[in-house]
Formats: sequence, C-alpha cells, structure tokens
Amino acid sequence: MPLFQISEPGESAAPHQHRLAVGIDLGTTNSLIATMKSGMAVVLNDVEGRPLLPSVVRYRADGAVEVGYAAMRWRAIDPRNTVASVKRFMGRGRQDIAHVESMPYDFVDAPGMVRVKTCAGEKSPVEISAEILNVARARAEAHLGGELVGAVITVPAYFDEAQRQATKDAAKLAGINVLRLLNEPTAAAIAYGLDNAAEGIYAVYDLGGGTFDISILKLSKGVFEVLATGGDSALGGDDFDQRIFCWALEEAGLSRLSPEDAQLIMTRAREAKEFLSHHEKAPITVKLGRRAAADHAGETPETTIDLTLDAETFTDISRNLVDKTLKAIKKSLRDAGLQAEDIKGVVMVGGATRMPQVQRAVAEFFGREPLNNLDPDKVVALGAAIQANLLVGNKTGDDWLLLDVIPLSLGLETMGGLVEKVIPRNSTIPSARAQEFTTFRDGQTAMSIHVLQGERELVSDCRSLARFELRGIPPMVAGAARIRITFQVDADGLLAVTAQEQTTGVEAHISVKPSYGLSDDEIAAMLKNSLAHAKDDALRRALKEEQVEAQRLIEATQAALKEDAHLLEAQEIAAIEAAVTRLQTHILGDNRRQIALAMDDLAFATQEFAHRRMDQSVKRALAGRKIDELSDLDDHLHTRTEKEARS
Amino acid sequence: MDLTADFFTLFQLPRVFRIDTAELDARYLALQGEVHPDRFVGAGDAERRRSMQWATRANEACQTLKKPLERAKYLLTLAGHELAAENNAAMSPAFLMEQMEWREGVMEARVGGDQHELEHLRRRLGADMRARYQTLAQRLDDQKDYPAAAESVRQLMFLEKLRAEIDDALAFLDEAEG
Repeated sequence: MPLFQISEPGESAAPHQHRLAVGIDLGTTNSLIATMKSGMAVVLNDVEGRPLLPSVVRYRADGAVEVGYAAMRWRAIDPRNTVASVKRFMGRGRQDIAHVESMPYDFVDAPGMVRVKTCAGEKSPVEISAEILNVARARAEAHLGGELVGAVITVPAYFDEAQRQATKDAAKLAGINVLRLLNEPTAAAIAYGLDNAAEGIYAVYDLGGGTFDISILKLSKGVFEVLATGGDSALGGDDFDQRIFCWALEEAGLSRLSPEDAQLIMTRAREAKEFLSHHEKAPITVKLGRRAAADHAGETPETTIDLTLDAETFTDISRNLVDKTLKAIKKSLRDAGLQAEDIKGVVMVGGATRMPQVQRAVAEFFGREPLNNLDPDKVVALGAAIQANLLVGNKTGDDWLLLDVIPLSLGLETMGGLVEKVIPRNSTIPSARAQEFTTFRDGQTAMSIHVLQGERELVSDCRSLARFELRGIPPMVAGAARIRITFQVDADGLLAVTAQEQTTGVEAHISVKPSYGLSDDEIAAMLKNSLAHAKDDALRRALKEEQVEAQRLIEATQAALKEDAHLLEAQEIAAIEAAVTRLQTHILGDNRRQIALAMDDLAFATQEFAHRRMDQSVKRALAGRKIDELSDLDDHLHTRTEKEARS
Repeated sequence: MDLTADFFTLFQLPRVFRIDTAELDARYLALQGEVHPDRFVGAGDAERRRSMQWATRANEACQTLKKPLERAKYLLTLAGHELAAENNAAMSPAFLMEQMEWREGVMEARVGGDQHELEHLRRRLGADMRARYQTLAQRLDDQKDYPAAAESVRQLMFLEKLRAEIDDALAFLDEAEG
C-alpha cells in the first residue's frame, strides 16, 4: 500500500501536501513520539499532557491489552502478565537474557526468540513491542489528524542484526511503515547539529538507564557522517543506584535484607542520586523491618538507617563506572583515528548524564565543557522526528545526508572454528564485501556457511547470526572450487548473505532472520574481551591452526594410501598408519607442541612413500599422460596463497 | 556511467596515485547525496535496490581510493598488473632481514609492556613508510614502472600489517591500565 511516491530524488512534493511522519524512541523504560510541527520538532504528549509512554504492556484475561501508565500500575500486583523492559528480550533466546531467573515472567524458550507466557497466551517480544508501537502510532495519528506515512524508529547503536530485525518486525506488526531504523546517538546528533548549525567533529555521549553508547561524528555542511561508534551496553544509571545501595548497606552494617527492604533502600538510593545532581549532600533515611516486625513480632526489630551521602563520596564509589565510559570513548577515538582534542563538542544524551561527576569526567577528558542545551531524555525522539520528516520528503529548506556505520564486525566461520572478518566494524553502510573460499576435501559437494558477528577470532566467542548451506557444488579436488560469499548490509544495518560457486554458478541466499541474537551484555563483553583476550586468542588460534593443519595432513595421507598402497610394503603401511593414529589422538588434546611433534613423525614416516609417489608421477608425466594430481596441487597452492595475500 | 565503471571514473578523478583527497571526499558526498537509500525511501522496490547498489559501490570506491595502499593495489589491477603477492621470493633479503628486526623490536616492547618504546617504534615506522609511499607515488605516477611499484606495495603491505600490530599492542596496554 504505497501511500506516497517519490519518483525522482530531490523532486519536491506538491505544495501543501505535508506527509505525516514521526520519530519513535522505543526505549527500555520509556518510549517517546515526536514530530515536526511548523518547522519545529516537538514531543507528542498523551491526553493528560505527559510526554513519556512507559514501555510496559499488560495482558488481561479478557483479551484486553493495557500499555504505558495504565499497565505500570499492575507491575506489582500482576507481574506475570505485565511485561516491562521488553527491549531487552528483542531478538534474544532464553539463554541470552541475563538474570532470567529473577524476572517475574514465565519464559518459554522458542526457536530463535524467547516468548512470555501470559494469561492471553504466549507473546513474543516482537508482539509485545508492537503493542507499545501501536499506542505510539495512535497517539501520533490523534495529534496529526491522519494516517501516518511512516516512522523512523531508533535503536541503540550497539543493536545487532537480530535486534534490529525484531524491531522492524514489531513496527510492521503495529502497522507502521518503517522509514529507517536510526541509531540513537546519531538521532541525537541530528537534533543537536541542526539546532546549532554545528560543523566539525562531535562526540555523542549517551548514558541511559541501562546502556552506554558513544558515537563520533563529522558534521559538515549538509552531512552527518558517523566515523566510529562504540560503548558498553551493560552500563547505565542503574549501576550508579547499585553503588549507592551497596555503600548504604556497608555504612549501616546491614547484610541480610528482606526483598521489601532491599527495594526500599534501592529507591532511596535512586532518589539520593537524583538529589545530588543539584545538592552537595543527600540524606538517606529508611525505616527497615516494619513489615517483618508486623509479621513476626519480636523477631526482626525495626531499625532506621540515617545516612548522609555527600557528592565527594558518591564520586568515589562510582568512579570506575565513569572510567569505563572513558575507556569506551578512547577506543572509539582510536577507531576513528582521532585524539580527544580533535573533538569540537560533546553532546550529552540520556538521563544519567545529569550526574555532576559524569559531566566533570567528560569535561576533563575532552578538555571542554560538554553540551547540555537539549533535554537529554527527548533529544533522541526529536532527532528521529527530524529525520523522518526528511525521509518522507517534506521540504524544510534544509537538506542533509546521513552516513552511519555498523557497530560490530561481520564474518564467516573458516576451518578450525576461526572467524574471518568480511565487513569490519565501523564500515559505512550500505556496504557489501565478497570473499572467496574453497573446498577442504576432495569431492566436497556442499559447504556449510556460518555467519557471525563480533570482534573475537574464535567462533565460540562471537555471536552466531545464521547458518546455511550451499549445495550442488560439482565434485572437484580440494581447493579447486571457488565459492564467493557476498555480504550486503543495507541502510538499516540489516545483513543479507549470498554464496555462489564461481565455476558453475550454483547459488544460495539468506536474509539473516531474527532467529538468533546476542544480549547487550554479550556484545559489550565481546568487544571488551576482544582486546583483553587478544593474547589468549592468539594462543588458541595457533592451536586451532595446528589442529586444522594436522587434519589436512591426515586426510592427505589417507587419500594417498588409498590410491597408491601398492607402492608400499605391509610393514611400511603399518608404520604410517600408526603415525596417523598417534596424530589423531593428539589432535583431540590441546597441546600444540605434541601435535606439532606428531605431525613431524607422520611426515617422517611418509617421506619414502612421498618419494615413490613422486617418481611414479614423473614416470607418468614422461609417458605423456596428464597428471591431474599435479595440476590440482598447483591450483590448491595458488588458492591458498591468493587468500593469504588478501588477508 | 554505470555500476561497473572503475572507481576513478566513478568520482571523475584522474587515474593516478597522487589524488586530491579533499576532492575525493567532495565527489563521494556529492554522489551519495544523489544515490543514498535515504533519498529513495518512498520509491519502488527496483529503484530502492538500485539505490542501495549505487550507495554500496560509492562506499566501496571511496574506501578503496582513500587508503593509499588500497589505492595503489587498485591502480596496479587497473593497469593489468596483478600483484602476485604470493611471490615473496621477490622480496629482497635485506628487506626481509629488516622486517625480522622490526618484528623482534615490537615483540620485545609488547611483552615488556613498554608503551614508550612502542610509540617510538611507531613513529620510526611511520617515517619509513612515508618515504616508501613517496617512492611508490613516483613509481606509479612518474615512472609508470609497475613491477617496481608492485614491489613497493608488497613491502608496504608488510609494514602496514606491522603498524596495525603496534596499534593493537598499544590499545591492549591502554585497555589494561586502570
């Protein structure tokens, strides 16, 4: 149902034909909807004048669904049917979700994505998010007085394939035409950049409730170009609350608490954090043990915590959280090939950037005061609205180009459980890259293709995105087939993979579907570990390579034995077979040296055999017969060296 | 102009090594401004697909021409001179010896966690590479001596890799501290 048409780029829309478009910040805790009104981006409030739409959905037994504040009231009373923070489950399997045991939901592990069992049936995170988006759409249409042409929906810059695809599917389910998935820090940069006519290199520091994103952008006339993006998705304002909570327990000498008391202290901790944004000291006064005293009179005496947290102490106890964000900034600057002094301004986004120690640390790191001229809670939705307006072709006089990047490298599994990167992180999208691979065994007719996302070298440390098979490769000797695998990432950051055997044209294609996903924690941890474990990886990689090489040697030896056993005496065959067996045993272990030694032994045991085979080949060659083995061997070496040269 | 045009033609730049990178950036942005998928959000499937192909091509072209080593390799390919990088026997023994010394130096500094030494090595390497890139530019643009240029490229491939290793080691030290 094409509601509008742009036949030529840049062609202006008919006058007075304003196309209704919105930006939606689909947040973990709250969502916001914004649009352009008379050339200004504005957040759309609900009928009671509230800008936020709490990202909470409640399913009722009668089939009705409540969303937002209406649902939030039921969190404590009807927790199983009241889903909050569904963003964390998007594109995730049950095993991917942290602290799944401590959540009140009845999770059902479904292939690809977890589901929540409610009184209204099993609901996937995509469906639950769609309920939020439905309300967002209804609010927008009520305000704008017509049907929406489309929406830009924001996602954390760190969102992977599965999470992006799931978000897009949720929008589709809610009947929203997704104009573009837009990275949250990029949306903020648009709002800030246009508002301030900013030019130069800017950083967006986005510290939300549970995630941290950093993006480095080059703003020039009419162009927003993301140079690098990074972050730590297991870091947000909640962690600061947790620090105050722990400090309070220690100060008060408390260890075991009832869940109610713990919740009470946590709430006071959050209030203290917020209070310290504008004051030097914050009182933390909590009366504990009330309920317990009532329930079991005499057992738990009532106690009162009466503490004062000063700004300095808060800074101390949260220092390493702030330092973590600085580390992520350093890494992104390195990726962009820049220094802190190259940054002209730092745009602060997310409620957690209100903390003075965060402001100070960022100011100190960059040697300049951060920019706080836009509401950190709203700036993402505003930027999304501005971009949506541009994408539907409403002319505002301004026109700009947005160039974004992928946050994590995309690659393929190669022999021995190693990952070969095909598209590196921070590549500008849309992006395509092709890589050639070859067969490993003689007569191999199928190739299994495993697509991965992450920075580490081993398959087991990266996120599996998809597996598929290329079948119907004509049987050839190992190394003769030329299989070209193409990765295409579109402007939403979504990946499609194609595999084609070059000599025959046999083809296979897959769009990576939201059947797999990794938790934000995992992505952050993966990125962090890729450096911390670089040394460890190198060792494991070396072992894997040795194992692959050993396997090659064994297969080559067995193939030779099968073909030319007549060149050997029985005891010679036995000696070779014994050496093969020894090597096979060592391959299973993790001692690289043992494998190397066993390989040497096998090479030694087959030396004479190799000579005789070569003699036989030369004789055949002299007899004028074509020696397939020889030319095949050449092909094989050629393919390998070509690949080495590329890498 | 079509999708298969070479990268220099695509940006209408002279087919030389010494390109004006500011000009490259300007042409790249101009092209993206026309073809980027954001310009075709409301268009039909075929147009949108075409837009993605063009934008992808523009990104690939810009990335290739922006990095001097990639640009040199691409020029050699266009000149019909395949790199034959597997033929490392063509590397001079003196260069290979020098390589081993560099590598040893980097390894030692890395194991010893000597950030200062790594930075020193990186600066020295940078100076060495700048000189080699100048030679490469002469070989490609002035002398049009492709076999000699290919040799420069092969050497620079080694050195770029070495520089990346130093950067990784520095990043690792940076990450480890604190």
